[in-house]
Amino acid sequence: MMSEIRHHISDEILMAYSAGTLPEAFDLVIAAHVSMCDECRARLDSFDAVGGAVLDDVDTVEVAEDSLAATLALIADTPSEIAAPRVAKPGSVFPTPLQEYVHGDLDAVKWRAIGGGVRQAILRSSDDASVRLLSIPGGAKMPDHGHRGMEMTLVLKGAFKDEEDRFGRGDVEIADEDLHHTPIAEDGEDCICLVATDAPLMFNALIPRLAQRFLRI
Amino acid sequence: MDATEKKAEWVGHVRRIHEDRDQTAFAELFSHFAPRVKAFLMKSGASETLAEECTQEAMATLWRKAHLFDPSRASVSTWIFTIARNRRIDMLRKQRRPEPEDVPWGPEAEPAQEDVVALQQESAQLAEALAELPDAQRELIEKAYFGDLSHSQIAAQTGLPLGTIKSRIRLALERLRHTMK
Repeated sequence: MMSEIRHHISDEILMAYSAGTLPEAFDLVIAAHVSMCDECRARLDSFDAVGGAVLDDVDTVEVAEDSLAATLALIADTPSEIAAPRVAKPGSVFPTPLQEYVHGDLDAVKWRAIGGGVRQAILRSSDDASVRLLSIPGGAKMPDHGHRGMEMTLVLKGAFKDEEDRFGRGDVEIADEDLHHTPIAEDGEDCICLVATDAPLMFNALIPRLAQRFLRI
Repeated sequence: MDATEKKAEWVGHVRRIHEDRDQTAFAELFSHFAPRVKAFLMKSGASETLAEECTQEAMATLWRKAHLFDPSRASVSTWIFTIARNRRIDMLRKQRRPEPEDVPWGPEAEPAQEDVVALQQESAQLAEALAELPDAQRELIEKAYFGDLSHSQIAAQTGLPLGTIKSRIRLALERLRHTMK
């Protein structure tokens, strides 16, 4: 699943993912990116090592008297439950963590058209954040928008460009309040992205703002 | 026994659990790590009852996933931390934890012994470096890992020497990708 990746996840976000304090929506984008990017996997593993050092250093608390026996009983109850490695089939578009949400690869996505040839599939939505797949036709523009919170976009297929740079498969763009951008899918194949947001996007034109209520962006 | 040897010894325990289903090795790991996992979960906001339950489940997960542990990329402490953290997210925050896909060793390949030794050594040094940090700085890191800081409050400048351990893991991953081809 390796490809040449130029846009990575920042140290702060990787450490928050390692500490386990991000909303699930962002965890999914990070897990998907790390599956495709050994550079970020090594950085994440080193933040996990800090967690291991914290565990080494913590003052211990006594466990229940029958704790070990109860754990061995738990193990004996499910003897055959040996976890298989989670690995995507060769040629998959989606890395394993994303396949676990879609229940399959790209061909299993239940798309909904949202106008202009753009399609979306909401994978998870809660009060604090949501995550969706977006499919943008080659050459098409996404509505110009800003953000009230953080937005994290991972490219899975095709590519897009905005005022900042070009983003291809495996690249992540992390945007905050300060960035107003107009992503344009590169000519050719559809651009498929995984997008997490922790607040509704703000569109700068009237019609998208009306549409927002229906799109649940 | 110094800290590095201790780390290497725990690696042997996990191997014995994986290869021989060795309950004695498991009992020894349990008596060292379960009281730490329980403390970690209570510091993360779990009640004593919930922390006990969650600790047992985490330690059972260790047994079931022993074959997936890669000592060229993590110490046993680090690996157990990730298992305990995921249980915490599941039980306290009631949300799923998407994890990166696995990078398993093939049936024939094994991590290179020199990589394992080096990684265990660097993990021991990292734990020492954490213990030697000024109190305020160490407490901030602990707070982050107990889940007490939101992501916008987290500062990745830990003051810890993470560069060496990162490069080591990067090399182990490259070797692994190479053997998979």
